[in-house]
Amino acid sequence: MTLHNKPPLSPHLQIYRLPLSALLSITHRATGVILALGAMLLVLVLSAAANSPGAYSTAHQQLDTWYGQIFLIGLTFSLYLHFCNGIRHLFWDVGLGFELDTVDKSAKLAIFFSILLTVATWWVATSMAG
Amino acid sequence: MDNLSTPLSKVKGLGSAKEGTTHFWHQRLTTLILIPLILWFGFSIASMPVAHATLTAWVQQPAVAIALILLILSTFYHAQLGLQIVIEDYVSTHSTRTVSIILVNFLCLLFAIIGVVAVLKITLGS
Repeated sequence: MTLHNKPPLSPHLQIYRLPLSALLSITHRATGVILALGAMLLVLVLSAAANSPGAYSTAHQQLDTWYGQIFLIGLTFSLYLHFCNGIRHLFWDVGLGFELDTVDKSAKLAIFFSILLTVATWWVATSMAG
Repeated sequence: MDNLSTPLSKVKGLGSAKEGTTHFWHQRLTTLILIPLILWFGFSIASMPVAHATLTAWVQQPAVAIALILLILSTFYHAQLGLQIVIEDYVSTHSTRTVSIILVNFLCLLFAIIGVVAVLKITLGS
């Protein structure tokens, strides 16, 4: 069998550098799983608030630490990245934006807007909470 | 292929899983609902002092309670649909896959109920 007759191989992930769009695709799934867990946690905080001010302040104290804040900032960024990329998916669902340069451009736009929304949300949070 | 399916099944177009494009379609519908809800929720939480009294007073507004319940229901339905796809793609052992999907469905339902009950408890007063 000559070299040309070999069947094509799927991308070898340790060698092949994923294009931005593929990277964003797997990140969309990862953030989706993270957000499902984050939603469960937020529901528990809400449930604590429904139970008693004491239970709520225990939950709040944990989120107010440096690791809690880093977690919340990460969760916010995950949320907005999934949000922006989800809107990108909606455009694909109606058949728009499949050209390779458009795909690349919309990937960059999704990342840009998710950073912008994260910064805006935390800017509001810090300026309001003082 | 065509002559093997009955006219009724052709008209229904639900395929072998008997649900057609329902999963796909509901994933998109929840996405549409979540777009305004997520923006509203993110910036509302951010613009609020984190004290217990402020949070409960906010939740007690009827419009907020309604929006929160809608957010909780669509979030966990969206999560359930999405997590199922992830499990179907990466868990190849049939029994493990089935058990994981059942577990995820149950967890999403459970947390949706916990969330809704919490909102109602705050709104209606304990």
